[in-house]
Amino acid sequence: MRVRVLIRPKAGILDPQGQAVERALPALGFSGVENVHVGRLVELDVDDTAQLPSMCERLLTNPLIEDYEIVNV
Amino acid sequence: MKFGVIRFPGTCDDVDAQLAAQRVGDAELLWHRDRDLKGVDAVIVPGGFSYGDYLRAGAIARFAPVMEEVIEFAHAGGLVLGICNGFQILCEAGLLPGALLINDHLKFVFRQVNLEVVDPNTPFTRECPPTLSIPVKHTTGRYYTPTPVQVVLRYAPGNNPNGSQDDIAGVVNNAGNVFGLMPHPEHAVDLLTGSEDGLRIFESIRTAVGERVKVTV
Repeated sequence: MRVRVLIRPKAGILDPQGQAVERALPALGFSGVENVHVGRLVELDVDDTAQLPSMCERLLTNPLIEDYEIVNV
Repeated sequence: MKFGVIRFPGTCDDVDAQLAAQRVGDAELLWHRDRDLKGVDAVIVPGGFSYGDYLRAGAIARFAPVMEEVIEFAHAGGLVLGICNGFQILCEAGLLPGALLINDHLKFVFRQVNLEVVDPNTPFTRECPPTLSIPVKHTTGRYYTPTPVQVVLRYAPGNNPNGSQDDIAGVVNNAGNVFGLMPHPEHAVDLLTGSEDGLRIFESIRTAVGERVKVTV
């Protein structure tokens, strides 16, 4: 099965990449944008989706600093 | 005594770490695929970009065969020093608390920093004066921990180069035998390059190992 793992910085942890993007948008004339966060996307084909939470917690993310969401494609 | 310096694909400070360690003892490089620590007395996980820093800094190196041995060595009380990428790897491996995040200013930083030795009683700092001048060079060095940790080194006021929480530059585990720091003591071992304060950390390890041998004899 094809799945997509969305990885985000945990709420409350300073996200300077998100801040930099948020500050850059008004420079291009885009207004009314806030709470920008930058994360990572991992796509994979996996036979046994029951393994996914363990994969995410042991390798794909660092649970101390990141949250993840598994999305079926 | 003999230091073992781990070399992963992408490590770049292994030779400097080996040369620094050789100023106080013997030092041998250990390949990431080996499961043999070759009887070393202390392990150094050096800086660089292990496995290209793919996914997250240290995330993949943490699963290298040699790291299984390092984890076992650490759990048995062996002294482990992680520098920069080595610090990131030890955090990912769960040998040290916390994590390293991208610098708050998003830029690579390379500069000499002043450090305060908060805890001079660890096996890694007992030969250290109250302050050290050692360079940092990293992009992912902002230390973060959601729980209290045993701080060993702090950036001196005005010297925090990356936005690290509470100016933390180096921490030890609860048992006190695993130490990680972002600054590079192996790059500060000769006055020719500005400072030899980094040597004090290698000398501290030598002293600690010497005392341990005495105890066991």
